[in-house]
Amino acid sequence: METEAKDWEPKIVAFLCNWCSYAGADLAGVSRLQYPANVRVIRVPCSGRINPFFILACLQHGADGVLVSGCHPGDCHYISGNYSARRKFALLKRLLEYAGLEQGRVEFSWVSASEGGRFAELIAKVTEMVKALGPARKLVKK
Amino acid sequence: MPDLSSRIREVAEELFRQKEVELIIGFEEGSMPLHSTPCFIRNEQEVERLTWNSFCDNNLATYLVKRPEKVAIIAKGCDARAIVELIKEKQIPREQVVIVGLPCRGMVDRRRIEAELEAHEILEVDEQDDKLTLKGDGFTKALNRDEYLYPCCQACTHRNPGTYDILIGDMVAEKAADQYPDIAEFEAQPPEERWQYISDEVNKCIRCYACRNACPLCYCKECFVDKTRPQWIGKTTDTNDTFIFHIMRAFHLAGRCVECGACERACPMEVDIRKLNRKLAADVKELFGYEAGTSLDQAAPLATFRPDDPEDFMLGV
Repeated sequence: METEAKDWEPKIVAFLCNWCSYAGADLAGVSRLQYPANVRVIRVPCSGRINPFFILACLQHGADGVLVSGCHPGDCHYISGNYSARRKFALLKRLLEYAGLEQGRVEFSWVSASEGGRFAELIAKVTEMVKALGPARKLVKK
Repeated sequence: MPDLSSRIREVAEELFRQKEVELIIGFEEGSMPLHSTPCFIRNEQEVERLTWNSFCDNNLATYLVKRPEKVAIIAKGCDARAIVELIKEKQIPREQVVIVGLPCRGMVDRRRIEAELEAHEILEVDEQDDKLTLKGDGFTKALNRDEYLYPCCQACTHRNPGTYDILIGDMVAEKAADQYPDIAEFEAQPPEERWQYISDEVNKCIRCYACRNACPLCYCKECFVDKTRPQWIGKTTDTNDTFIFHIMRAFHLAGRCVECGACERACPMEVDIRKLNRKLAADVKELFGYEAGTSLDQAAPLATFRPDDPEDFMLGV
């Protein structure tokens, strides 16, 4: 168990919006910024595309953490997709934590296309948080 | 409350006489004591069936969705709130419903009364103001109705219908102030205990979906639990599947749930469903200043936004 815990690397699913956060991740890549390789990126058209089921399905099927990132408020390619998403996220995050899910398992953030550095730092931070929590146990389908 | 029953009949008769409506949805005596059941009245001759007592607990708004005819409906505070949400969600046009508002004193939880009387079979119930007299073979027992209200009725802050066309009876006093002490209390517990509590509750669930069917706001033709392409949620009664079912069922009612408790009354396994619904209602009120079913004009909280919505939960670096 001890060695398992030491070698364990979390799997984190990152839902990135096509127009800002995905481009931000791209910029981090072309700028050759280093960040932990624990994140699996899924590109979505907009943070407004996120259905809470996506997040819960990730946790059920093996992800240790989920990050959702979209354009900063005011910058949405579809004008208001991220504003609508923000209300959903606020309620969902509170509800999951209220039900007892660990803080830090599901996180939301804004990353613009020019913020490659911010993206790398964010992934490092999220990976650190999920590592501290350990492997996901709750909601996992056995 | 015979006077309210007769007032309901008078109003119903008048509505039919004026040819205002083709259908009246109300309550009639059930086949057993402590059970009033929803009834559908289509002409003046049937009006006598209508009644009103402490057991009219169903949320009648459930029967309004996509009705073809003009309908009058008996509405307690919670029914009226559900009707408002249904009108806003375009499930029935406002002009097609005559809301007959009826201030409510809370409905009596028959499970609790039956549990109290254990094996005794109740054959007759007599109701006088706050006193319920239960009679059976060789026993008579008097109870104070207010001590046996449903949990949702005890917590209710909207007993009076907010939106109505006709009002029957006098408005009752509303409970005010702190509306969600139970939620704050639950939140004060450590996360692991909360997780355990909700897990134990959802573990009872047999996935019968009675909660969904009883809910006035769960009207989707195809519910997420029935979808298979993609199938977001497993159909087992394993805790992880039932947990996700209950989280998502509650989430789909965020800003829409009127806290009528229909889900909990319908649940055969007595799952504490409102624990999740009330958290969302509390959050929607705190974050977006919205209370479901209290206004026909205010936009639904998840159908709108403000640029300055709270976002302190968003992760920075």
